[in-house]
Amino acid sequence: MSTEGTHTGKFRAEHFGTLGAQKDAAHLGMWTFLATELLLFTGLFAVYAVYRWAYGGLFHEAQKHMDVLLGTVNTFLLVVSSTLVALAPRALEAKRTHVATLLLLGAIAMGLAFLVLKGVEWGHHAHEGALPGQWYAFEKLRVPGASLFYTLYFLMTGLHALHMLIGVVVLAVLAVRLRRRTITAEYPVALELGGMYWHFVDIIWLFLYPLLYLA
Amino acid sequence: MSPPPAEVPSYLTAEAGLWSWLRTKDHKRIGVLYLVLVLLFFALGGFFALALRLELLTPEPDVLGPMAYNRAFTLHGVIMVWLFLIPSVPTTFGNFLLPIMVGARDVAFPRLNLFSWYLFAAGGVITLWGLFQGGADTGWTFYTPYSTTSGTDVLPILVGVFIIGFSSILTGLNFIVTVHTLRAPGLTWMRMPLFVWALYGTSLIQVLATPILGMVLLLVAVERVAGIGLFDVGRGGDPVLFQHLFWFYSHPAVYIMILPTMGVLSEVICAFSRKNPFSYRMIVLGTVGIAFVGFFSWGHHMFVAGQSVAGSGAFGALSMLVAIFTSIKVFTWIGTLYRGSIVLSAPLVYALGFIFFIFFGGMTGVAVATTSADVHWHDTYFVVGHFHYIMVGSALMGFLAALHYWFPKMFGRMYPSGPAIGSAVLIIFGFIVTFLPHFLLGNMGMPRRYATYPAEFQALHVASTAGASLLAYGFLGIAGYLVWALVKGPLAGDNPWRSHGYEWASHSPPPAANFLTPPEFEREPHDYTVVEAPRVY
Amino acid sequence: MSELMRRMLFLPEAASTFATRVDGLHFFVIGMSMLVATGLAVVGLVFLVRYKRRPGDAPTTPRVEAPHWMEALFLSLPLTFFLLWFVIGFLDFSWFNSPPRGALDVYVMGKQWMWKFAYADGPSSVGVLYVPAGRPVRLLITSRDVIHSFFVPDFRVKHDAVPGRYTQIWFEAPRPGRHAIYCTEYCGLMHSRMRGEVVVLAPADFEAWSAQEQGGDVATLSPFHEGAEVEEARGPMAARGRRVAAEKGCFKCHTEDGTPHIGPTWLGLYLRVERLKSGEDIVADEAYLTRSMMDPDAQVVAGFLPVMPTYLGQLSATDAAALVEYIKSLRPARPGEAVSQEPVYVPTSR
Repeated sequence: MSTEGTHTGKFRAEHFGTLGAQKDAAHLGMWTFLATELLLFTGLFAVYAVYRWAYGGLFHEAQKHMDVLLGTVNTFLLVVSSTLVALAPRALEAKRTHVATLLLLGAIAMGLAFLVLKGVEWGHHAHEGALPGQWYAFEKLRVPGASLFYTLYFLMTGLHALHMLIGVVVLAVLAVRLRRRTITAEYPVALELGGMYWHFVDIIWLFLYPLLYLA
Repeated sequence: MSPPPAEVPSYLTAEAGLWSWLRTKDHKRIGVLYLVLVLLFFALGGFFALALRLELLTPEPDVLGPMAYNRAFTLHGVIMVWLFLIPSVPTTFGNFLLPIMVGARDVAFPRLNLFSWYLFAAGGVITLWGLFQGGADTGWTFYTPYSTTSGTDVLPILVGVFIIGFSSILTGLNFIVTVHTLRAPGLTWMRMPLFVWALYGTSLIQVLATPILGMVLLLVAVERVAGIGLFDVGRGGDPVLFQHLFWFYSHPAVYIMILPTMGVLSEVICAFSRKNPFSYRMIVLGTVGIAFVGFFSWGHHMFVAGQSVAGSGAFGALSMLVAIFTSIKVFTWIGTLYRGSIVLSAPLVYALGFIFFIFFGGMTGVAVATTSADVHWHDTYFVVGHFHYIMVGSALMGFLAALHYWFPKMFGRMYPSGPAIGSAVLIIFGFIVTFLPHFLLGNMGMPRRYATYPAEFQALHVASTAGASLLAYGFLGIAGYLVWALVKGPLAGDNPWRSHGYEWASHSPPPAANFLTPPEFEREPHDYTVVEAPRVY
Repeated sequence: MSELMRRMLFLPEAASTFATRVDGLHFFVIGMSMLVATGLAVVGLVFLVRYKRRPGDAPTTPRVEAPHWMEALFLSLPLTFFLLWFVIGFLDFSWFNSPPRGALDVYVMGKQWMWKFAYADGPSSVGVLYVPAGRPVRLLITSRDVIHSFFVPDFRVKHDAVPGRYTQIWFEAPRPGRHAIYCTEYCGLMHSRMRGEVVVLAPADFEAWSAQEQGGDVATLSPFHEGAEVEEARGPMAARGRRVAAEKGCFKCHTEDGTPHIGPTWLGLYLRVERLKSGEDIVADEAYLTRSMMDPDAQVVAGFLPVMPTYLGQLSATDAAALVEYIKSLRPARPGEAVSQEPVYVPTSR
């Protein structure tokens, strides 16, 4: 304990007894935050479940007009980026800070690629008129209630994309801090928390993907 | 034993100037900042309550027209629920006392705590701006499709409440982490002060329920802006789905308002009857039980909204379980008086009022949770009476009890006892006169949110308005003597009540660091088998 | 005794069979609460006086904790009562939610800010609901704009009027009389003016009123030759339903003679048990038929595609009611039974 205190005193806020307690608090705080985030999405999942129950066949029809290839590529991008982010703390622990930075930069690039592909897909839907509610003008599926699928599609992927955007900014800040050596192997909590957030965003997508594209 | 307070400046005087307050990370100062805002909002909401009561004095519109009335009750509801009741106890007394009660120097994330306050202030300003410049007429419940089609300015209020919700989540998160990681060595879960337990249960609800509210408000906002059709029947949507999502938050939100004040009650009753809680376990069980089962009873708001009969049955039965957790607390509080050494002072008067009112609020809650009986009472003044017994009779009385119990702790000065007890009695009496007629009005069939009403309801409305004016005088009285006490009140000393609660183990008002030496809580809180109050660290 | 309780609690006259049933529970819950409140107040007061701190009292108190049996008692005793009330209440609630067969059907439509009523056999009215005494009345409630709530305090009856769906409640008023209707779900500017009246007539008076109202409606229908023919066999409301069906193009997908087509045939549809796509069985009653017009995809019968458009906002309450009546009139021919018959309502008493 004493060695930890002398080495890492500069990281410890004075209201925490030990650095360990501070780490625990940071992790617990992040988990609680993620629980909140999960429930935010749960609201949308509940709405999706209700309308899917009511319009089961219709949702299935609508899914046939989704671009499964783009969706799958995006899934691949997110899973790989998550892996990269997961490797970063390992690299940092091994004192290979530049490797950790590169891993984050890779994840950022993939995140941005995801957002670009998502944008292309949205553009495609908009062009076809497959838009929410009053904007709905999709010729291939002119059945009442079909607009609900696209409403939910845009809401869910939109909220997810917003989280992705935040995640990319977080990763960028982490990369800069790694480069400036303000995150080190002695106290890598910020990197761990940023990673947790990125994984969470990834996991949400792993639910959105089958719900919207596959089944 | 410990250095006299004069040598160490209190948190109030540690730094000077308004700027030092606005950038403070001290949980005590943040608590005071919240207190200022919350009291302002309460005064505003109370003013509009009076306007409503004045209008209801006669059956026909004379003070406010129907439009103004509809806006005024929306304003009253939105302000009281989101700007006063939900933040009232946790953000003020919770922020101030939770770290002290667990023997910590601050909450886990002080910067986040200040950020929550700014979010709350920003959300409050946006909401108020929306309420005053445009004025929504949807009621605080924002039921679709009315809220998505109303021509009034609903959007800023949705945004404001969304931001306040975010602030509420961050406060809850902070408290949860604080309780888990910052308890003083030896302070086990089953020895925590009951107020801390109450705050912990509240925080869990805040963190888990508020995001659903955020989502549903967002959906209504997007519906208004972009016409996405989620709650629009013409596009295949279901307006009742909104009610399910809304009450999934807003029913637990009732417990966000009431649980912390129940915690206050446990502290006040113990301190002024100088007794250990009659059953610590039952209070903890009640707190955790309410926090848990409260999530599964939202459907009792929809017995006559077209929900399936079986669904109504399930929600009705679960609501009975929530009620039992409240009733065991009432028994425990009364049991605590047994063989005590009771000192009748202002906080205890409020506490006794609270017990009485929560009993009636709770029993009428059971009544409206009884499926067949609710068919008559739903959306009548009976329901208005029921939730005002909980929100005003209980939550507000609890807030006032806390204010009077911890005023010397927070500001180091004492208010005069006579006027305080007088105001308390006036407020309790005024409350009964105001809200008891509501039950009878509801029985007669008077629907809520009526700007005008048939003449046969008038007599009871007049009684209610008369009671409201008594309440107003009571609050003016409190404002008077508390302001006086703040400036000129006699110094209170470290522990004027000689209470054995943990929060009194620091100086009053506490120094910026809370404790000058690390505290040790050797005995249970409110152990009065010994003479000495807890040592001041 | 119950009359005294009713007056003490300011409850209005109990003017329906449901009101007399549910008032008993009201008295039980409120009376019990008052009793326990008095008990608690007395105990609290005794403690306050007996254990008030007096000069010279020791500053310590003994440690007193509730024994286990007392904790168990505090938990179980109130819970027993709560659950008892729940059971009584839920039985009444289920009774209230299952209309007896053969009740008089009235279609109720709420709109900002009035109530409209349409009867299965033709007449309609605004603001005033005429019903016969001593006969169950089923209300099929919907709304044209926002959510309203139909409330008759004297009957202790209330239900939300939700746009896009029909909900049903029923009541039986034993005596003739007049009773206020309020809207209890906030619906905008004139919410508090959205009132109406139920007029309960003696059965003979109701028949007279109904006949008089029908006379007016038949006149408007008579120019349609075919309509007049159908009317003769099935009643004016069904005739109007057939006309509406022709105007709205229902026969593009539905047949009236049992021939399979895009949508289910209407012959013998009423009260037929249908299996839905979800595997669930439903009975094609009034609620299902009206719902299928307004929200066709919600419950699609297995074997059919969800292709029917919604008629929400395109059918008036009376038209929707007429359609339902027309479908009800399409019964398959069976030996010994008339091909088609005006639906006969037999008052059922419980």
